[in-house]
Amino acid sequence: MFHWLEKNPFLFSVGVFLVIAFAGLVEILPNFAEASRPVVGLKPYTVLQLAGKEVYKKDNCIACHSQLIRPFKAETDRYGQYSLSGEYAYDRPFLWGSKRTGPDLHRVGNYRTTDWHENHMWEPTSVVPGSIMPAYKHMFTNEADIATAYAEAVTVKNVFNTPYGDEIQPGVEAFKAYKPTILAEAQKIAANMKNKDVKEMVAAGKVPEIVALIAYLNRLK
Amino acid sequence: MQSNAALEYDYTVAKLFTYTAIIFGFVGMLIGTLIAAQLAFPDLNYLLGEYGTFSRLRPLHTNVVVYGFTLSGIWATFYYAAQRVLKVSMAESKFVMALGKLHFGLYFLAAVGLVVTLLLGITTSKEYAQMEWPLDVLVVLIWVIWGIAMFALIGIRREKALYISMWYFIACFLGVAMLYLFNNMEVPTYFTSGGVGSIMHSVSMYSGTNDALVQWWWGHNAVAFVFTVPIVGMIYYFLPKESGQAVYSYKLSLLSFWGLMFVYLWAGSHHLLWSTVPDWMQTMGSIFSVVLILPSWGSAINMLLTMKGEWNQLTENPLIKFMVLASTFYMLSTLEGPIQAIKSVNAIAHFTDWIPGHVHDGVLGWVAFMIMAALFHMAPRMFKREIYSKSLIEAQFWIQTTAVVLYFTSMWIAGITQGMMWRAVDEYGNLMYSFIDTVTVLHPYYAIRALSGVLFLVGFLMFAFNMVKTMTSARELTEEPQFKSPMA
Repeated sequence: MFHWLEKNPFLFSVGVFLVIAFAGLVEILPNFAEASRPVVGLKPYTVLQLAGKEVYKKDNCIACHSQLIRPFKAETDRYGQYSLSGEYAYDRPFLWGSKRTGPDLHRVGNYRTTDWHENHMWEPTSVVPGSIMPAYKHMFTNEADIATAYAEAVTVKNVFNTPYGDEIQPGVEAFKAYKPTILAEAQKIAANMKNKDVKEMVAAGKVPEIVALIAYLNRLK
Repeated sequence: MQSNAALEYDYTVAKLFTYTAIIFGFVGMLIGTLIAAQLAFPDLNYLLGEYGTFSRLRPLHTNVVVYGFTLSGIWATFYYAAQRVLKVSMAESKFVMALGKLHFGLYFLAAVGLVVTLLLGITTSKEYAQMEWPLDVLVVLIWVIWGIAMFALIGIRREKALYISMWYFIACFLGVAMLYLFNNMEVPTYFTSGGVGSIMHSVSMYSGTNDALVQWWWGHNAVAFVFTVPIVGMIYYFLPKESGQAVYSYKLSLLSFWGLMFVYLWAGSHHLLWSTVPDWMQTMGSIFSVVLILPSWGSAINMLLTMKGEWNQLTENPLIKFMVLASTFYMLSTLEGPIQAIKSVNAIAHFTDWIPGHVHDGVLGWVAFMIMAALFHMAPRMFKREIYSKSLIEAQFWIQTTAVVLYFTSMWIAGITQGMMWRAVDEYGNLMYSFIDTVTVLHPYYAIRALSGVLFLVGFLMFAFNMVKTMTSARELTEEPQFKSPMA
């Protein structure tokens, strides 16, 4: 029946490719313009928040935490309003996750505070008895990579028209000029924290990973 | 017609990939066992400082078993079986031989790069596509080299008709190439920002919901084109070879192959049920997942019926045991997946441990069993020695089968328990459990899963030991066995 095709590797491969490519064309392409529109009032992440998102990725929080509230009463009661597509418009990559070993975090900024996160990341069982989450003490001493976060802001502004202000410009000099803005935001968060290492680092003009991460988590609402 | 004089096949490249399959298999499963134990006993998170937490190690586990163990196994069997079904030796073409070696060398480099970057936390964080852009470029290069090697070998073949296994290898090549390219479209930030920050960092071309769609179009079909397609190709070659039985039905193999190709890609959106992806896409994903039972079971039934009238081999030959059980787990897994893709079931199952449970009855029971059986079959032919110990294979079979059963039963119970507790409400409609209640209740199941990991790892060590002994010190063979692999 198909013997002729099996003797012709080229046509066979073309056949396979067409058959597998078909689904992508029909299912993936049509939605693209529609879904990437932001909800009204959505602001891009600040550079400090972007640095925090990188900490979230680096220590791979999505292994255990989702950022997707499904439209069920049990979920909206627990986590708040169900998630909308437009809320994710500036998320590159999306961080929905696929496993909830821990709770959803899409609106964690609504019900957790800076000091709660500080205690929790230092020793999870101190605020959640029975927690199996590891402590992330290294985040209190590791420095967050704000330069790369700044580079990301420049990139999404110039390549994807993410609405950042004119102060976000390419180049090392532009980054140096912008750095005080990042530090000012970090200082506000550190003011609500008690860890001595963190306070010293921020006073010395450095941003610890934990400060960037908390900036990001507080933004999730 | 060509003469039927036996060709001297060249297994240099197949042997190299066999070694890495054993090494990466051990490493990947060791990490898997460790992270399973961490969920039951959190103190184990602090063995390696910041590099040893569950979250940092979990992608390392998945990547090493998928791209280390499984891909090595696929390429070991490809460089072994392709020569044989095409009736051409790699030694006949210096070009193919050089490509094969280059393929292996670059692959090993990428694998080491993968392990190092993931440990350091350099990741795009897209599941099963965590590698940052420099490694992605290397992966594309490796894939192209494999493709050229494959089509060059096909170009100089003596057997004109492509055997079923070759269909699946070609499909693996094309499918992964297409999906990988689209999913890893990313912009390196260093160059667009005028040299600020890390050179390794990139941002995805897609955002939010679109990124999710493309990612799970890839994620699901990485399962399709790495865990299913080439493994089906493997069983179509190795089961008939080991048993001396012809494939039961050519028509069924045709139906299953083209059916699988057409249906599989549609099912990706079942990873995004109840998300912000449009409803019609979710429904398509659901429906096509159920349709997927047909081609999956088609292949599995075709393999089981190949053993028709020869079931006595199941008691006599442990490799037949591995392959028949692999086929059976494939049926179980491809029935379970569609059930989870039904929207009402998914509402409970998604985000719970039922999902890793489902994945592991497939990857342990189907993929790992099939790869180990294939490597056992190849060993006497590549190293010209009989398999070191039959009783060791028998023991390994039962230990690992017990491990798989413990894994998926404990995770079924854990997943459904958790899914039901999340939605449980009291008589006034208030949530009954805080989140932490739904975590602590899982402790016994996590402990059982850790035990199953230990058992599977022990079985894998028995496999590795048996293979090494076969390569180095088992009795030498004077001529190549025709069907059943000789074992002491």
